[in-house]
Amino acid sequence: MNKRANIAGLAYRGRTASIGFAHGPFVLIDGVVRSVRTAGTPKDEAAALRGALRSTGSQIAALAAAAGGDGAQILEFQVALLEDEDFLEPVFAEISGGAPADAAWAATLDAQIADYNSAPDEYLRARSSDLADVRDRVLRTLRGGSSEALKIPEGAVVCADDLPPSQFLEINWSRGGGVALLHGSPTSHVAMLARARGIPMIVQLGSVAAGANTALIDGEGATLELDPTQEHVALFERRRELHQKNRALARAILRRPATSWGGEKIRLLINIARVDDLEHADAKYADGIGLMRTEFLLGRQEGVPDEETQYQAYDAVLRWAGKRPVTIRTFDAGGDKPVPGFTVDGEANPFLGVRGLRLCLVRPEIFAVQLRALARAAVRGNLKVMFPMVTTPDELEAGRRFFADAVKELQADGVPAVFPQVGIMVEVPAAALTVEQFDAAFFSVGSNDLAQYVTACDRSNGALAKLIDPLHPAVLDLIKRVAEQGRRSGRSVSLCGDMAGDPRCIPALLACGLRELSVNPSALALVKQTIDGLSEGGRRV
Amino acid sequence: MTSESRKPNAQENGQQNGQDAGHSNGQVITGSVRLVHAAGMHARPAVKLTKLAKKFQAQISIRASDAAEWINAKSIAKVMALRAARDSIIEIKASGKDAEGAVAALVDLVAADFPDNAP
Repeated sequence: MNKRANIAGLAYRGRTASIGFAHGPFVLIDGVVRSVRTAGTPKDEAAALRGALRSTGSQIAALAAAAGGDGAQILEFQVALLEDEDFLEPVFAEISGGAPADAAWAATLDAQIADYNSAPDEYLRARSSDLADVRDRVLRTLRGGSSEALKIPEGAVVCADDLPPSQFLEINWSRGGGVALLHGSPTSHVAMLARARGIPMIVQLGSVAAGANTALIDGEGATLELDPTQEHVALFERRRELHQKNRALARAILRRPATSWGGEKIRLLINIARVDDLEHADAKYADGIGLMRTEFLLGRQEGVPDEETQYQAYDAVLRWAGKRPVTIRTFDAGGDKPVPGFTVDGEANPFLGVRGLRLCLVRPEIFAVQLRALARAAVRGNLKVMFPMVTTPDELEAGRRFFADAVKELQADGVPAVFPQVGIMVEVPAAALTVEQFDAAFFSVGSNDLAQYVTACDRSNGALAKLIDPLHPAVLDLIKRVAEQGRRSGRSVSLCGDMAGDPRCIPALLACGLRELSVNPSALALVKQTIDGLSEGGRRV
Repeated sequence: MTSESRKPNAQENGQQNGQDAGHSNGQVITGSVRLVHAAGMHARPAVKLTKLAKKFQAQISIRASDAAEWINAKSIAKVMALRAARDSIIEIKASGKDAEGAVAALVDLVAADFPDNAP
């Protein structure tokens, strides 16, 4: 019996991190994209490697410049390796012997890594990870970066142990496809990206056989099936069709102007992580932007962008929104979002560390630039600014003082600037419990972090996924508390975590008193449909 | 410069390998210095040493504590592979038109324990 026959029809069940259906070529990757490079002549291959070394070198050099300190010195070692002719000589020798650039590079680096790994000195052994990093970066450039290299085929079902967000973003999802992860978690950053793009994702599959040609992902049943039989494909197609019909129905509902529940208007806003997210077909139906993350500005190689670059991004979003409200969150770095040169290295527990507003308050030189850009953008439209990870009212006031200074400076220089409404994210249980002490213009419940902190479950730890239930009564109790305070004091309250886009959670959120939900553009239709369905028999609670 | 380091000195032509072949006066400049860096020749000092070596046109080789093999001082992989420990003596030899300056600069760098403001 051959191997293929063993694989055909194998099915695995995991957890759905992003709903949807995919049927396509099955691609198993482990860290490095294992697509095979089509080799050119030795001359072409040598040139390709030179190019990859150069661009990788400048990438790392830029990272080093942004990192500073010890990080920079480690990265400088990597840059030096890429420029070391003695080190590169055996690679080019293999290429002149007819080896493709990627194979020659990988073979030489693998040998070097093995050599470092066998060193008696622990320090040298540890350097093998630098070599592995350099190896993978160059390989990615060689195999994925250039147009002649075949990347992951369009519409593929990509299977990996876990997928770093950067790698997810490198894959072309324009023709659909799906993600199947052996580990991973529905609350990871890559899962958020998948939901935002409408790409189905199943996580925690455990182990999956290699060697399949095609696969099915069924986000409703949380299953992955390898080399499906014709019969199963037909069944799958019918389920997919039904799913799409439901979605189309939901899209039709989107066009209705307002959503209401129990006679009250429900505002549906969208979360965006970058300006491009506004291009989503459904974004225009939103009542505004409930959360614009600004961390994308920090991911650049050249470090934190200047005031003008930031202003352009904020202004573009405000222009798009017209009269609709736009809530922009100040930098929420730290936790699981480290930023070289900004966040604090080596924290034992970064989720409980110097992150969000805490970090901005100790890095006023970075914070002030963002506040100046926001104060200028506020002139354009209905801007609301919120601070993340606030624990005490003092922090809100300290942030507001920085803001007032920024506005004053700009106005003194004759630059148009206004002080926008300033609110807070409610995600620290202490803030939720004492919400009446915060003189914020509005509150936005960050339910992902709130649930993490209330249940004492690391949200990136898949083993705790069952425990970190956003519907835990303790979490709902805090949400209700914040909603009631908003109602009493006339301040708006919204919720921008994943639960806002989860049909299972929506009835509970409305019952808590929330009337504003902010979700990914791809979830907007489903949420509107869910609320419409509820309101038919819905009563005010 | 510490007491362990010695000034570069010129040697007679004829006892070096082919590295300096073709150079007009064919002189090989040598120097030696004790490695005082606590961690030995690790990534940070190795990066500094090769960066400095690359500023010179001279062919520069180093070896540690009487090892048989001389290695190219401009290769980070080779310098790391020296695995030179603390207190080993680094020997430096250079040939080429700026060889003297190269040896002097490298001796200074190692003797001063790879300061951050090194050239």
